[in-house]
Amino acid sequence: MATYSQTLRTARQQDFERLMGILARYSIHIILIVWSLACLLPLLLVVSASLTDEIALTRNGYGLIPSQFSTEAYTFVLQDPTAIVRAYGVTIFNTLVGTVLGVLVMSMLAYPLSQPDFRLRRPLSFFVFFTMLFNGGIVPFYILMTQYLKLRNNILALIIPHLVGVWYVLILRTYFAGLPRELLDAARVDGAGEWRIFFAIVLPLSKPALATIGLFVALGIWNDWILALYFISDANLYPLQYLLQILLANANVIANMRQLSTQAIPLQTMRMAMAVLATGPAAIFFLFFQKYLVRGITLGSFK
Amino acid sequence: MDIHVKEGQIAAAPAAAPNRMQRGLTTMRGQHFRRNLTWFLMALPALIWIFVFKYVTLFGVVIAFQDYKGRRGISGSDWIGLKNFEFLFATDSAVRATRNTVTLNLMFIAIGLVVALLLAWLIFEIYTSALTKFYQTMLLLPRFISWVIVSYFVFALLSTDNGVINKFLESIGRDPVAWYNSSEFWPMILLTVVLWGGAGIGSLIYLSGMLAIDPQLFEAAKIDGASKWQQYRFITFPMLKPLIVINLLLALGGIFSADFGLFYQVPRNQALLYPTTDVLDTFIYRSLIELQNVSMAAAANLYQSLVGFGLVLAANWVVRRIESQDEPLSLF
Repeated sequence: MATYSQTLRTARQQDFERLMGILARYSIHIILIVWSLACLLPLLLVVSASLTDEIALTRNGYGLIPSQFSTEAYTFVLQDPTAIVRAYGVTIFNTLVGTVLGVLVMSMLAYPLSQPDFRLRRPLSFFVFFTMLFNGGIVPFYILMTQYLKLRNNILALIIPHLVGVWYVLILRTYFAGLPRELLDAARVDGAGEWRIFFAIVLPLSKPALATIGLFVALGIWNDWILALYFISDANLYPLQYLLQILLANANVIANMRQLSTQAIPLQTMRMAMAVLATGPAAIFFLFFQKYLVRGITLGSFK
Repeated sequence: MDIHVKEGQIAAAPAAAPNRMQRGLTTMRGQHFRRNLTWFLMALPALIWIFVFKYVTLFGVVIAFQDYKGRRGISGSDWIGLKNFEFLFATDSAVRATRNTVTLNLMFIAIGLVVALLLAWLIFEIYTSALTKFYQTMLLLPRFISWVIVSYFVFALLSTDNGVINKFLESIGRDPVAWYNSSEFWPMILLTVVLWGGAGIGSLIYLSGMLAIDPQLFEAAKIDGASKWQQYRFITFPMLKPLIVINLLLALGGIFSADFGLFYQVPRNQALLYPTTDVLDTFIYRSLIELQNVSMAAAANLYQSLVGFGLVLAANWVVRRIESQDEPLSLF
């Protein structure tokens, strides 16, 4: 009898717990859905604004659904797409060259540092990783770039500073150190030189790590505007993000143009359209490769 | 004695009579040297880069003690001792920028850690769900967006005349707020933006840490009747501790430097917002580019670097004191 009621009670308790469990799961999903939407909606706000009629936007304000649909902003931007096409060209060039060169140069440093037989491993590791603790900062860097390397208004100023990231070298070194040593030693016994081993064995075996670091470097270059802010004043060399920043910061310039021009410039919606044109393709591209980013976060968090 | 003689003989042997084995050894040594040389040549491009951009620039900090003139260069400029620092701290802006940098960073670190852990825990609890992938993608999305674009939509939200928030305030009968003129709201606005941008990626770090925990631990705890909170408190949290400590250490070391993109773009460099949004990095930028006062910028820069370095050392020292032998947490 006692056992029966006991069983009953535990059964009821279990039901209760199960119910609570389901409730908890639903609340978790609700919180995460809200957070996910919060990540997405601000971007949709920009897209929606770019597709809204300029006057309607001024009257009704920004909203998630265009209060009055219009593609005027895009027509206006694409009327003379020279600036945006050029900026796209500059950014794509920087990203491609910078990513390939950067990943290559960093791997070439990380590989020797990952080899226990390398005599200079310890001193060079210190030389490399000490820079994570102390650096001169932006002012000496600015002086170096402008006064000594003379890179003002030079496209290299947007690429070279991105080539090496000490943190990425650290990740690559850890990854290379995990490659099967027997494989490298076997190749050495067979008479393969270190360059050959590096290009024919190490790099092909490290594709996931290279893709991850490559994605980080590419993202860094693609989204960079700070170097342009410091070193570029020639409009022909504006990268995409800097063009956007100029467009947002110099509202007065464009507003003045509006008074002079006979045609009304859809100022606000035009800016938003530019933002969409500049970000859209890249965001889709990067989302496509996001698994490498997730992997990189994990790589970076352990060692 | 006998043994010593033998050792001496062996050591002397190579010079006396090189045999086949010995020749093999020297070629191996030669190979070893060649290999080391190749490795060094491989590393050279990146080493040169690091030397130029990280070490040569270290010497550049001497500008902080000079009356630097661009056309005269570092070697030709006059030395003026600590005058730049006196000048720097005579202005309220440097002190204000320091205060803003530290307090805002502390707030971002503390709240950011709690939110990231919470999000990671939530995803962990429903990890088997089909929606997990969607959540992870959405949480990562802000990572792909540059600060320039963030400033665009923050503007769409906060624009005084037709921003979403002011339209909403109007619709419920409240007065609109001139957000870009009211500095008191900006710590909260910046915190929101930081959490929006960073909590997702932070949570994924902790999530991967949670997934690495042996599930049997949780099973055993469940059988022993541990509640979810107890499981978190006694299994998840202790297992994540190394990761949390490392991240906190890095963050605390960087407490003196602010994310320039965030602070330059999102408040849109509005002078009225400086009381709560001007940080050392934006202050240095303005001194350098807008005011063209290279020496003062260099002084602020050196002050920032030195205190930052001190903080990394201090944080590492603290961790070394509290870490246990079998679980080293410190960086060096």
